[in-house]
Amino acid sequence: MATSSTRSVTGSFPVKRGLAEMLKGGVIMDVVTPEQAKIAEDAGACAVMALERVPADIRRDGGVARMSDPEMIQGIQAAVTIPVMAKARIGHFVEAQILQALGVDFIDESEVLTPADEAHHIDKFKFTTPFVCGATNLGEALRRISEGAAMIRSKGEAGTGNVVEAVRHLRSILGDIKKIGTADSAELFEWAKRLQAPLSLVQEIAETGQLPVPLFCAGGLATPADAAFAMQLGASSVFVGSGIFKSDNPALRAKAIVEATTHFMDADVLARVSTGIGAPMTGIGMDEINQRYAERGW
Amino acid sequence: MKPKLHIGVLALQGAFGAHTEALRKCGAEVRLVRAQEDLSGLQGLVIPGGESTTMSNLLVASGLSEVLKRLCQDGFPVFGTCAGMIMLAETILDGRADQVSLCALDIEIRRNGYGRQNDSFEQDIIVHSFDTPFHALFIRAPVIEAIGSDVEVLASWGDRPVLVRTANILACSFHPELVSDLRIHKIFLSIVENFSVTNPR
Repeated sequence: MATSSTRSVTGSFPVKRGLAEMLKGGVIMDVVTPEQAKIAEDAGACAVMALERVPADIRRDGGVARMSDPEMIQGIQAAVTIPVMAKARIGHFVEAQILQALGVDFIDESEVLTPADEAHHIDKFKFTTPFVCGATNLGEALRRISEGAAMIRSKGEAGTGNVVEAVRHLRSILGDIKKIGTADSAELFEWAKRLQAPLSLVQEIAETGQLPVPLFCAGGLATPADAAFAMQLGASSVFVGSGIFKSDNPALRAKAIVEATTHFMDADVLARVSTGIGAPMTGIGMDEINQRYAERGW
Repeated sequence: MKPKLHIGVLALQGAFGAHTEALRKCGAEVRLVRAQEDLSGLQGLVIPGGESTTMSNLLVASGLSEVLKRLCQDGFPVFGTCAGMIMLAETILDGRADQVSLCALDIEIRRNGYGRQNDSFEQDIIVHSFDTPFHALFIRAPVIEAIGSDVEVLASWGDRPVLVRTANILACSFHPELVSDLRIHKIFLSIVENFSVTNPR
């Protein structure tokens, strides 16, 4: 019989990407209190995002949005058994160090918070905790992956209850992946140049036909139909922010969105779970907002 | 040529895609299972990793929990990984009070027993029937605290069992679907094959 090495490796890329894989087919919900986190877990959330204000309130209040208070994050960690994520400002690697020290399960380097660095994202390979980053197109997604992101999400306009931007990002990312799948080897150099992304990652996409890490949908989702829409377009999971706790009946809506995400191809289930769950958040049109979060980061 | 084995992968939430790919590489015909009618004609079922509390909710909502419990009692081959092993366990520690179990495997299991994500790890382990180590990924993995007398331990890490079997139920606390090594999926497919000989579809 062979002997095995006794050394365990933590924080490797496969271990980080592994958790992203486990979160597929699920709903990650924004919560601001332990009570909301319990409601999310009761409803079947596969993870929660702990933050001080949901994006709709960040938008309303203005000012600088920063990493959440550690005490609040710890309160949420104590309240639930599912993974807890938290947000750091773009480029703010010290906020990320603190979140890692708190033992959060995933760090979202997020455009919803006010960016802390205008030129650099965080070197995510330096961390044991996995990172998720937003992307509006494939080039941006691949740059984040080359910095160590273990999950990519769309960068739909958070806090608007309007799914149109997230849909644009998903279609752009998945559309370019399809095109790369039909490109010949010489064209891949041109793709890498155009996307401003590492050639090796472009070549990997050509070979596998998919992004090297899971692609989730985030930004503006407010209804079970929105969640199933994102899944049918090709997202592997959905983030729901303001859409749950800014609605009439968060517990019912959360459960309905969880079921819609699993049974996203079954219109009978979608009709059933969309019925009798109260009013969604009101939402805002893209021409009514003065700050587009998606333009933060590069 | 041998006929293809028909395997279902429970696709309520979690790593069902990776299992599907691994099973297809082993030559199986795979169907995603989200409702009772998806089970017809299957010869075995995989319950993937993911969040066991989420899966538990969805199992109840879809009416699948009672059906799967009966299937397990009837000796139907089921392979559970990580959260899937939690779903199969008789006793769940640190779970939610309302969490359902299929009670198909006489083990006591502690959710997230190896810790949070920062404690997740990769490790070569010894599987008794393999001649080389198996590279295992443990992701917020559950710990087997105790096992019943009819449970066979196929692999351990430290002093804990990590791959166990009882009759046609196979379960592990790590993720064979996340590595290219297909040997553990093949153990399950051989269980399915033996079951199918005596219980034709």
